[in-house]
Amino acid sequence: MINARVTVTLKNGVLDPQGKAIEGALGALGFDSIGHVRQGKVFDLQIDTADKAKAEADLKAMCEKLLANTVIENYAISLG
Amino acid sequence: MKSAVVQLPGLNRDRDMIAALTKISGKAPVTIWQTETDIPDVDLIVIPGGFSYGDYLRCGAIAARMPVMQAIKAKAEAGVKVLGVCNGFQILVEAGLLPGALMRNASLKFVCKEIQLEVVNANTDFSRAYEQGQIIRCPVAHHDGNYFADAETLRTIEGNGQVVFRYAAGTNPNGSINDIAGIVNEKGNVLGMMPHPENLIEAAHGGADGRGLFASALDVIAA
Repeated sequence: MINARVTVTLKNGVLDPQGKAIEGALGALGFDSIGHVRQGKVFDLQIDTADKAKAEADLKAMCEKLLANTVIENYAISLG
Repeated sequence: MKSAVVQLPGLNRDRDMIAALTKISGKAPVTIWQTETDIPDVDLIVIPGGFSYGDYLRCGAIAARMPVMQAIKAKAEAGVKVLGVCNGFQILVEAGLLPGALMRNASLKFVCKEIQLEVVNANTDFSRAYEQGQIIRCPVAHHDGNYFADAETLRTIEGNGQVVFRYAAGTNPNGSINDIAGIVNEKGNVLGMMPHPENLIEAAHGGADGRGLFASALDVIAA
């Protein structure tokens, strides 16, 4: 079993109103150091194989087909 | 003209859509359930609005990958007209039948109100009952209607006349790029739009501006 983490983030240049709202809320809480905030998603997945190359290939296909909308999002895969 | 309405768990505008199609065409549409892969012979397939699969992951993302969508894709390729309204539009972009993406409204708020649409291309199968440049009333009700496409895609769809409806000046409710409210595919037989024309088709709705869209798609007189 391989544990994997997929991180999906918005591409540069894509407006992120939720990130903006969080940025504003952090500022309102008094965190003066806050710069830009971008919101994303994290998926923790268990892949039932011992073959890292296969797991990576499968995860890439999962990202392309479902986990990320590549029109607006980037994804990154890390294996545990 | 025969029509069909797709029913998926979480869609909630299907009955409004069935009522509109029945009243305008005089014939009740057939209904297609999510697991069906054999779609009957119809001229127009409609994916109505709602919150398919709870809008989990991304709006329309799960629905777009259900077996019924493969069948709809095949029908669209064969030239059958497909209309997606609201969640239906989100499903069509997630399924790759239309370009771009629909993101959270710039205001972060769910908007439920009446806006105005400009018919920017009256030469499509979905808009020919309107005049070019006509301003029509239409309700919207959505949280994720903020249309986005990269610069190249935008150039292409604008250049091809694929933008059919734009929010009229000052009425963009969601931050959509170029005020885009509805687009067709390159072939012109698949239309996606965020506003709900099915909710403005008779006097009881307070107006009938939405009727022209169905009259166009169903090839009947708008009346």
